[in-house]
Amino acid sequence: MMHIRPVLPEIVVFSMACVILLADLFWKRRFKGLMYGLTQATLIAAAIIAYSLRNEAPRVVLHGMVIGDRLSIVLQIAIFMLTAIVLAYSRTYIAERGVFRSEYFVLALTGVVGMCVMVSAAHFLSLYLGLELLSLSLYALIALQRDSIAATEAAMKYFVLGALSSGLLLYGLSMLYGATGSLSISRVATALAALPRHDMVATLGLVFVLSGLAFKLGAVPFHMWVPDVYEGAPTAVTLYVGAAPKVAAFALFLRLLVEGLHGLSGAWQEMLVLLAFLSMAIGNVVAIAQTNLKRMLAYSAIAHMGFLLLGLLSARTSGYADALFYALVYAFMTLGAFGVIILLSRKGFEAERLEDLRGLYQRSPWYAWVMLLIMFSMAGVPPTIGFYAKFAVIQAAVSAGFYGLAVAAVLFSVIGAFYYLRIVKLMFFDAPVDSSPLRQGRDLRWILSANGIAMVLAAPWAGTLIAICRAAVRGLP
Amino acid sequence: MTFESAVFYFFSVVLLGSAAMVVTIRNPVKSALFLVLAFVSAACIWMLLKAEFLAIVLVLVYVGAVMVLFLFVVMMIDVNLAVLRQGFGEYLPIGGLVAVLMVMEIALAVGPRQLAPTRIAAAAVHAPAAHVSNTRALGLLLYTTYVYPFEIAAAILLVAIIAAIALTMRRRPDTKYQDPARQVEVQARDRMRLVKMPAEPKT
Repeated sequence: MMHIRPVLPEIVVFSMACVILLADLFWKRRFKGLMYGLTQATLIAAAIIAYSLRNEAPRVVLHGMVIGDRLSIVLQIAIFMLTAIVLAYSRTYIAERGVFRSEYFVLALTGVVGMCVMVSAAHFLSLYLGLELLSLSLYALIALQRDSIAATEAAMKYFVLGALSSGLLLYGLSMLYGATGSLSISRVATALAALPRHDMVATLGLVFVLSGLAFKLGAVPFHMWVPDVYEGAPTAVTLYVGAAPKVAAFALFLRLLVEGLHGLSGAWQEMLVLLAFLSMAIGNVVAIAQTNLKRMLAYSAIAHMGFLLLGLLSARTSGYADALFYALVYAFMTLGAFGVIILLSRKGFEAERLEDLRGLYQRSPWYAWVMLLIMFSMAGVPPTIGFYAKFAVIQAAVSAGFYGLAVAAVLFSVIGAFYYLRIVKLMFFDAPVDSSPLRQGRDLRWILSANGIAMVLAAPWAGTLIAICRAAVRGLP
Repeated sequence: MTFESAVFYFFSVVLLGSAAMVVTIRNPVKSALFLVLAFVSAACIWMLLKAEFLAIVLVLVYVGAVMVLFLFVVMMIDVNLAVLRQGFGEYLPIGGLVAVLMVMEIALAVGPRQLAPTRIAAAAVHAPAAHVSNTRALGLLLYTTYVYPFEIAAAILLVAIIAAIALTMRRRPDTKYQDPARQVEVQARDRMRLVKMPAEPKT
């Protein structure tokens, strides 16, 4: 029993997914909200279990497949919390669009299992299988609204490109296996240390691995799928795709590049500089031209991934902590932004154009302020937590000696501020086009308000949060 | 060149050639058949590596089951080739350039000098244990060392089933289907009504 303790959260979530699948057969008619309640209870229970494991010494279990360390626990708790909030936001939304089915919740839970496997992987095999479990759940979730042509198209694009990127990743991993003779991440790291500095086979493997990872994160030039998927998927699913999987993809960078390929850090630093610069540039500049809110947020996501990479490419432990902090803060910001879209949508109407936000202040001052806080946080305006996150990653880049890139990051965040502030202008100073009252569930309103206020109220505790991230990445080389 | 390496090169050439044909050939049925050829030659290469079980399974599962099903589907649906091939020539120059560049880079990086048998890490090549059959060795590994990835693979299959059912199964209210249980339960009086009518006088 002792040696499976680190995988207890995964076991609980997957078993409950099966239970929900069976419960749906017998009690679907009798208890309407049962599946939703069970799913939320599962996520909360799994978070508590993961939290109870926090003081255990890091160890590798199940024949070197899984690592249970502070990093995996922090990331798993974040994934459970993010997914629970996503489901709370989307409850009314999916019910109004006829996808309030147990399959939706089961696929959401199996995706969570996949992410947990990814963040606690100590072996290429478990890492890849976790990634596939997540991706397969995502493809199905996006396509679940069968009558929507846009959703089907988005799912198809994501599926084809996702398969291609998985192929790239696998090819890279096979090259690394050829160079080092092992699939275990720790053994790859020791074998790489013994190889000559610029081993061609290992470097080729690194290139392919990094391309696959950058695709999963949505960094330029592997970003083509992001806007289409964000726009085409139902907003509730976009919320799911945009929050927790980004955190899990970031964890893949830590596990593969930092833990496994630290011996090649000189090579991957250069590649990440390019990815980070291009992501910040293209993400921020193209977002200005968007009229669709979801598409704009997709380009903003690409830009944020560029900032995230700033912390990683410093190749220092403090930089990893800053990047981890950025990933978590970004996930909660994006939840808030898409939460407002869900709040404004109703049956038969998607509030996905920029015009739909026009005059929100006159319709509902409170949610206009909430959106303002979230936009300020995304832009990185000082009192919000987004500012601390941006500041931390830029500082990490400066301390690693990437001065030019840090200056570019500041410039691009100024450019990015334009389209975030444009939303604020639309909300506060324009007359509303659509003046129907906001009708959404009370849970969505409360959590969304808390989410918005947290952007400011969490700022005094930014130091504590960064300290948690520091403790999480302490074990990394 | 030993006989073994000659066989290896023969099947490699067949594999690469048929894989290229899968992508380039116009007729989808022929393309599927070339995929079968690619699978069979891959299975032969596995045979050379003494992985008999994997080779047989590849032929049984992929050629025997998956590809046959695939061929049925290709033959049944009407694939419009003109639409599929639209824009193919448009992207050919840039796509071809990128492909050629990548092949050259990969060839440089993993050429015979880089991947010579002496260069490959010794740990990668285990001597096969004597007196243990292929199937048994695989089974032992799957249920001990690799039990965790094995379970996750099972989870992936479950998700695939759920996704396939959730995406395709729909209960339409207007379809007319039979319910055998209700057919059996039916009684004569449900269907037949005896009406008593007075006899009519002869006119």
